[in-house]
Amino acid sequence: VTDQSTSMPAPSSSATAGPASSGAGASRFKGAGNYVALIPFHAYVGLFLVLPTLIVTFGAFQTSDGQFTLDNLRAMFTTDVFIDSFAKSIQLGVITALIGAVFGALLAWAVVRGDPNGLLRQFVIAASGVLAQFGGVMLAFAFLATFGFNGLVTLFVKNSLGMKDLDVSWIYSMAGLTVVYSYFQIPLMLIVFLPSLDGLRQEWYDASASLGGGSWSFWRHVGGPILAPSFLGALLLLFTNAFSAYATAQALISQGCVLVTQQIACQMQSEVVIGQENVGKALALGMIVIVSAVMAVYALIQRRASRWVK
Amino acid sequence: MSFTGELGAAAPEGGALVARPKGAGKGNRAPASQRAVRIAVLFVVLGYLIVPLFAMLEFSTRGDVDPVTKQATRSLQSYAAIFDHPNLIDGIVTSLQIAALTVIGMLILLVPTMVWTVVRVPRMRRVVEFLCLLPLAIPAIVIVVGIAPIYRFMGQHLGAFGASALTLAFIDIILVLPYSYRAIDSSLRSIDTATLADAARSLGAGWPRTIFQVIVPNIRGGILSASVLAIALVLGEYTISSLLSFNTVQVVILLLGKRDAFVSVAVSLLALVFAFVLLFAISRFAPGADRRTERTAEEPA
Repeated sequence: VTDQSTSMPAPSSSATAGPASSGAGASRFKGAGNYVALIPFHAYVGLFLVLPTLIVTFGAFQTSDGQFTLDNLRAMFTTDVFIDSFAKSIQLGVITALIGAVFGALLAWAVVRGDPNGLLRQFVIAASGVLAQFGGVMLAFAFLATFGFNGLVTLFVKNSLGMKDLDVSWIYSMAGLTVVYSYFQIPLMLIVFLPSLDGLRQEWYDASASLGGGSWSFWRHVGGPILAPSFLGALLLLFTNAFSAYATAQALISQGCVLVTQQIACQMQSEVVIGQENVGKALALGMIVIVSAVMAVYALIQRRASRWVK
Repeated sequence: MSFTGELGAAAPEGGALVARPKGAGKGNRAPASQRAVRIAVLFVVLGYLIVPLFAMLEFSTRGDVDPVTKQATRSLQSYAAIFDHPNLIDGIVTSLQIAALTVIGMLILLVPTMVWTVVRVPRMRRVVEFLCLLPLAIPAIVIVVGIAPIYRFMGQHLGAFGASALTLAFIDIILVLPYSYRAIDSSLRSIDTATLADAARSLGAGWPRTIFQVIVPNIRGGILSASVLAIALVLGEYTISSLLSFNTVQVVILLLGKRDAFVSVAVSLLALVFAFVLLFAISRFAPGADRRTERTAEEPA
């Protein structure tokens, strides 16, 4: 980009300074040049994002030597472990999205009610940013330090409450994943939902109150309906977030291929059955289809949400 | 297609922080019952978020059991032990190098492109925005599957650099696009970029000068936020490095955790705190934050 935009000779461009001074024909000619400056960006995204996506998409329909086949997709739809991994990922996504959305929205409400320039608000937002977006493997260690074999809570229950034979294996199961995933879903909900709550105007509270409405009727008739699209959209976003996550699950359950993301990793790393080299790509394509569908609904809801909450 | 609105908030600096409502202190008028609910929510939900972090601190500061009193002691030996693991130090250094490359590459790729779309080709703004937010719709694990052949090619044909972990910066730039885009975009929207560019150009400045000496200084806040988000993302990145077999800090932490969980928890906590300090600092001190607050306040109700 830099090359394109900087290599333009200064004298000639200063001769046509400002869009107002250039005629229609000249601007059409310059128009082409303007687009040239965007080529490096598009080329880069094309090479490192679009091309990999295309490789996955076409690879899902190919044998290892490039012949067209539907066997990869057939394997995805008929093999129990693959169906099971999709089911578990979707289940985890739905449950933690609901938990995250409800508690995250409550937390956002509690934070919004405070001083908008206060330390609490800035502290919670910065912490949420870290936990929601950059935690990954580290969050798994946080929970091992809490509920693991030698974890803080485990030792407390064992030593202080006297339950010597406490079973800590749940943290390595779906239940454990649910607890740990909620830990990054709640902060994500806070970050996503806070601006919508900020959009609720004081005038609306006042209008509701002046008509005799209490807190309940405000949320029932004004706040709720206005926030509903944002809440629903956030719910979908949280689902795709959990559905796509890999690092935390892998750090917690390193053996076995439980979730679909782990299953894809297993397909990449292990010696796969002859003739199934590209099944991993089929699974990846399955993920793309699910996430894109959810994001498309999200975009529709978003358009409606932005009508009131700006 | 616009899944942009709420995602904007995903960039801490560009989103939630910016929109500070004018109804300051409206909580003061709240009835006592509401205040009680608020305190309860803060206590329960924040408690859930804080306990594991506190557990990390407690876990990583455990010392040996005192032979005389049989009491557990506190020590920083797990933190000191970080330096006993050369592969961990290597991982940290590698990740920091990738972070530096990612920041530089992201800024070179994004800043001129975004300024250019605002000033010269506004109709392309939606396209660039769409491409920048696209990584949110394509899971990292899917990108790895598709990019593995490209990396195999780079490793075979681009010499020592093509096979080094530093090439991860290429993907990390893609992963950070949504966050960086929103941060820089909110800065660009807070100034009248087009007028500024016209003014500079009418005074005889060429495009390089217009972008780097006139516009860039005015979007420092957004550039700073974008850079901080990139650093935080790279330091926390695991999926792609592990599946492409590069030993970044997260990969080493997880490997090490199987033998010495205490050191891994110590490093994890340090990394989380480091990321938090960065994000908290930009939210409080990023230049330009005040200006955007004004803009928000001017918006018609």
